[in-house]
Amino acid sequence: MIGNLPYIAVAIFIGLGIYTLMFKKNLIKIAIGVCLIENGVNLFLITLGYKKGAIAPIYTQAPSGQAMVLPTPQALTLTSIVIGIATTALILSVAMMIYKHYGTLDTDQVRRLRG
Amino acid sequence: MNLSNHIPILIIAIPLLAAFLVPLIGRINKKATGILTTLALSVSLIFTIALAVKILTVGPQVYVFGATSPSLTLPSGLKFPIRIMLQIDAMSIFMGLITAVISFFGAIYSLSFIKKYDGVDKYYSLLLLLTVGMFGMEFTGDIFNFFVFLEIASIASVALISFRGVDYGEPAEAGFKYMMVSSISALMVLFAVGIFYGQYDLLNFAAIASMIKYSQLDKIALGLLIPVLAMKAGAVPMHMWTPDAYSEAPAPITMILVAASQASLYALFRIVFSLYNISLNALTVGWIIIIFGLLSMFIGVTMAIVQKDIKRLMAYHAVSQTGYMLLGVGVGLAVLANPVALQKYGITAMEGGIFHIMNHAMYKGLLFLTAGALFFRTGTRDLNKMGGLAHYMKYTTIFFIIGAAAIAGLPPFNGFASKLLIYESVYRFNPLLSIIAMVVSILTLASFVKVFHSAFLGPKLPQFKEVKEVPRSMVFAMAVLSCIIIFFGLFPDLIVKNLVHPAVMSLIEQLQYTGTVLGGM
Repeated sequence: MIGNLPYIAVAIFIGLGIYTLMFKKNLIKIAIGVCLIENGVNLFLITLGYKKGAIAPIYTQAPSGQAMVLPTPQALTLTSIVIGIATTALILSVAMMIYKHYGTLDTDQVRRLRG
Repeated sequence: MNLSNHIPILIIAIPLLAAFLVPLIGRINKKATGILTTLALSVSLIFTIALAVKILTVGPQVYVFGATSPSLTLPSGLKFPIRIMLQIDAMSIFMGLITAVISFFGAIYSLSFIKKYDGVDKYYSLLLLLTVGMFGMEFTGDIFNFFVFLEIASIASVALISFRGVDYGEPAEAGFKYMMVSSISALMVLFAVGIFYGQYDLLNFAAIASMIKYSQLDKIALGLLIPVLAMKAGAVPMHMWTPDAYSEAPAPITMILVAASQASLYALFRIVFSLYNISLNALTVGWIIIIFGLLSMFIGVTMAIVQKDIKRLMAYHAVSQTGYMLLGVGVGLAVLANPVALQKYGITAMEGGIFHIMNHAMYKGLLFLTAGALFFRTGTRDLNKMGGLAHYMKYTTIFFIIGAAAIAGLPPFNGFASKLLIYESVYRFNPLLSIIAMVVSILTLASFVKVFHSAFLGPKLPQFKEVKEVPRSMVFAMAVLSCIIIFFGLFPDLIVKNLVHPAVMSLIEQLQYTGTVLGGM
């Protein structure tokens, strides 16, 4: 049970993120929702590579016989974090442009495109 | 060091290098940026054609980064081969050809179209990155790599959609919507990658495909992947971003965005066919895709009829045409487990669907370019404000007629060829589906007659006295696309036999796909 805690945290993160996306009307909060989902997915990847009592996967410095955690999920997560930063920066800058033209961040009022 | 062995990576690397060179060159000379972009994309186009010839004659190509063999062992005894590969078969190169052609002509069209805006160098840089993302999605053989390229394409396209957002609010709004759609879908793809990695300890498409058991977790991954990739492809009911993004992006970008959505569609087909293939409950998943297709076809076209904004109208038609592809390929998938039906009509249906991808990219690209030409000269996209433009823009009118006839499926244009394949074969699967497809085609024609009538016909209007034909580079891009459309319409056999059929077979035959990678294992 205790070993599954990270997965429960993943579910909570992603659930909260989807809740934020669906029910919050502020563009900045929507951006936060995307970040929450992203953190959930990153945590999921990291958890996949975890091994109890294992050390960091630096092959040349490891004492022999000691188990190491999987390095690949960490590499994946690192890439995903970098991409996430770019995504968040772009979301926020587009939100800034929207605020400049509409004078609001409320999704109910940012609705010139319809039909 | 033989250059021809490195063509697959060069197709991706040259635009990538150019994307970062362009802003530097832009510091010195603004005009050179466009020329450099066109040059880089033309090199990519030539390489793609060369690679296509090689693949269609020799067979699928694999390009490996890192460990040369999957069982490589370091001298110290570490057995941990790290390798990422590009895996290009007939289907990938089919999509690659579309991407190469569309992005090249998009860049040529941009040479005049984008001149009056600020930040031209950034525009070209992003255009190149978008192309890199698309090529990568189509060529990669690694599912995590696919996610990375998906994000590259998304980020570049969002920035391009909101390119005019500095001056107007609407493009920023459309960009925000598309950013949401693409970041959510990319994260779901990443989650599915995690599920695959957790189960099989693999990231390679072919390696996963050879191990896949269709367990509960695989079903969850499939359930995550199908909707998000259909959403990126703009299928109803996840189409809400399509009209906004397509109508607010600059015209050449809209054309490339069509190809980018098709890259997502390709990924959907790749995952369903090459990753799951026969282990899948093909009938159920096939029907899910067929229903996506039917909804897209019908809702897309009915929404298009009522539109007054020319690019919005065409965007809804893009949704509707995506439905045809999903329908054709969905029928092929539904009968995948049934070899008799597959031979009888399944393969033909898939040929129709896959051929329609290429045809759609060409004629929809052409139509968006003509809409861009109208906007370029008149400054409006509202059909009610246009009229009598055939008097001033003769070439554009001709190109529009060709594009409209092709999308409505009139012979001898290319839309007819692929739609006929779909009608014929889908009729034998289920007559009702075929009838719906034909009705949608008629409604498409009706809506384009409306556009033609309100934009081009009628007396000369005083406010358009200054309007003249668009500059040469724009005419050139549209003319070449028209020629391709007519050529495909006149010789569909040639294309279907040499390009489309190998692509379909490489989707259906999973062992061929996995075999090219795992052959030496």
